[in-house]
Amino acid sequence: MRRLAAAFAAALLCASGAVAVPEPGPNQAVIDGVDMPKKLSAFGIFRPGTNEPVDTLLPYTLHTPLFSDYAEKHRLIWVPPGQQARIAVDGHIDFPVGSLIVKSFGWPEQDDGRPVETRLLIHRADGWTALPYIWDADGKDATLALAGRRVPVSFKSPDGAAHSIRYAVPNKNQCKECHSKAGAIVPIGPKAANIDFGAALTRPDFARFFAEPPQAAAPIPRWDDPASGSLEQRARAYLDVNCAHCHNPQGSASNSGLFLRWTDPVGVNYGIGKRPTAAGRGSGGMEFAIKPGDPDHSFLIYRLESLEAGIAMPEVGRSTVHKEGAALLRQWIAQMPKDGR
Amino acid sequence: MRVHWFSLAALLAVAAVPAAAKTLHVSADGPDANEKLQEALILAEPGDVVELGAGTWTLTDGLSLDVDNVTVRGAGIKDGEGSVLDFAGQQGAGEGLLVTSDDVYLTDFAVLNTKGDGIKSKGADRIVYHRLRVEWTAGPKETNGAYGIYPVESSDVLIDSVYVRGASDAGIYVGQSKTIVVRDSIAIENVAGIEIENCYDADVHDNVATKNTGGILVFDLPSLPQQGGHNVRVFDNMVHDNSTPNFAPKGNIVASVPTGTGVLVMANSRVEIFDNVLADNGTANVMIVGYRYPYDDAKYQPLPRDIAVWDNEHGKAGFAPAFPGGAGIAAAMGGSIPPVLWDGAGNAVVNDDVGVLSLNLPDISTPQSEAKPSPADLKGEAPAPLPGVTLPASMEARVQ
Repeated sequence: MRRLAAAFAAALLCASGAVAVPEPGPNQAVIDGVDMPKKLSAFGIFRPGTNEPVDTLLPYTLHTPLFSDYAEKHRLIWVPPGQQARIAVDGHIDFPVGSLIVKSFGWPEQDDGRPVETRLLIHRADGWTALPYIWDADGKDATLALAGRRVPVSFKSPDGAAHSIRYAVPNKNQCKECHSKAGAIVPIGPKAANIDFGAALTRPDFARFFAEPPQAAAPIPRWDDPASGSLEQRARAYLDVNCAHCHNPQGSASNSGLFLRWTDPVGVNYGIGKRPTAAGRGSGGMEFAIKPGDPDHSFLIYRLESLEAGIAMPEVGRSTVHKEGAALLRQWIAQMPKDGR
Repeated sequence: MRVHWFSLAALLAVAAVPAAAKTLHVSADGPDANEKLQEALILAEPGDVVELGAGTWTLTDGLSLDVDNVTVRGAGIKDGEGSVLDFAGQQGAGEGLLVTSDDVYLTDFAVLNTKGDGIKSKGADRIVYHRLRVEWTAGPKETNGAYGIYPVESSDVLIDSVYVRGASDAGIYVGQSKTIVVRDSIAIENVAGIEIENCYDADVHDNVATKNTGGILVFDLPSLPQQGGHNVRVFDNMVHDNSTPNFAPKGNIVASVPTGTGVLVMANSRVEIFDNVLADNGTANVMIVGYRYPYDDAKYQPLPRDIAVWDNEHGKAGFAPAFPGGAGIAAAMGGSIPPVLWDGAGNAVVNDDVGVLSLNLPDISTPQSEAKPSPADLKGEAPAPLPGVTLPASMEARVQ
């Protein structure tokens, strides 16, 4: 991913005025159309024959990102000319029709750091569409993989351990399993409380994308930065970002009655003393999702630390245990008073 | 006005007929069968049929369907000649097939050995499960998936002529749904054969539930989006020899079902149990109980209310009661307890000509160890019978 990062830096440099002629933006007709182009290049998001994004898209990061097998992710936003995204009262971002959200996944040790896959969320007239693309072996373009695919990848996690996994590129329906609100596709990551534009905030064209910079009264802390929030706040940030896209009353896991949004009260429906509903062997023989003071008997931990289909949570998008994330949640549960409800 | 209505009807008729419904045939052969099938399920348009070729499909990832009004049809459920989807090597997803769209018709295929649930449908209204087999082929094992056929949060559900075996929770599980028919199906060697949980208006009839831990369960549980289960009719079923030791992973509510349970009602109101053949269930042919666990949900109603039992044919029962203290009670009563067991909470009318044993625990917070078992007479006048469930004609037409 180093080269991709370098490309981003170059793009930022360009935006700061080093190059006089602005690059063309992505192909708005393709974004607005109804087709599912076989090749990613049709969108004009990346410079021809490369994985360097054109500099007219706006890069962003998140305070706390979704864990995806330790992949490094690079994210971009496109808003059609003459329009702006707006922050809604509840903190979600309203993107106009014609907008595009781009997320590329890769590892420094895999394919010389080039991205392995790029996912698009496209806001079309009839709603958001999710399309997964897998980069070709030569790294010059990517090909639509509607049905998803397992791709062998190798990488090192922060503790130095080497991993070789069959990384799952999601299919179009699996995109929706997470990006679903009451049956329709919606973006998840870009929320005022979690989005971070960093240096891009100072870009001269920032105001073209947003009427005002996203600001939240209570930003979501960085899960791995104790300076950004208390243990409980960081644990809850982690659960919001990694679980609440399904575990909310309008999400794919609504029937579980387990709701893990940043705004949900920490009670029985947050897992505290909550018995399994439809967990099957996901309960691991334990009685409660979260047993205060006892992470070893909290099946929420059991499921996060499992890799087995039918047990592992999240159900899609994870073929590696996130040791550091699980450790954070273990610490949070361990320090809860044992009789506390 | 007349012309207006006529043209509206014509317009609707046109809209209902897909422009060019087509059949997408997918073959079981080839290394990319999994991807090809998933692609067909994504590219299908309303009205289309996705046709599964005959043979054994070796699948490594869960499948999903999110397009309305699609039929998924195989060549049958039998090994060797049908369309058999084998998930023994499954690496991901919580189920074999997930359906999240409306008006879907699943028929004539088998789903084997999934790591999680077999076939799940969520928020999938008017779904029809017809002539399917969902099976864990090694028989009862704690490591089997939880549910075989698993519709949840749906309105209008038809499960007709399916076979389920080996589920470590429930073979057929309908959760938090409304207007449900489960009929002409076989549930064998599951923990719960058929379970209706937190549902409104269900008819469960003409099924065979045998060699499960518990045959047919009607439950209502707290802290869930839909609760207050009611209006469930269990009739014309054969519920016999449910004798498989409970193999559910601990913690799950069905792990507490005693081996040898025929029909079990927990909480709920207005459940009718009639015209069934109930036999050889070692704990009880019929059990009616409250939800006797701590809960933190002010809206939850833990008692069984207005449960009615009549005109069932009872064979031998109660000869091996598998709840704590059951053996002692049986010994004191000459070797077996009566076929109908009530914990004493809520209210029920039992007009079958068999004995009823009450544990006399009307308060659900009293531990079961304080049971004071005694024969009870619950004969009386049942509430007016429920009208029964009628599904949309379009659903019934699928299975004719």
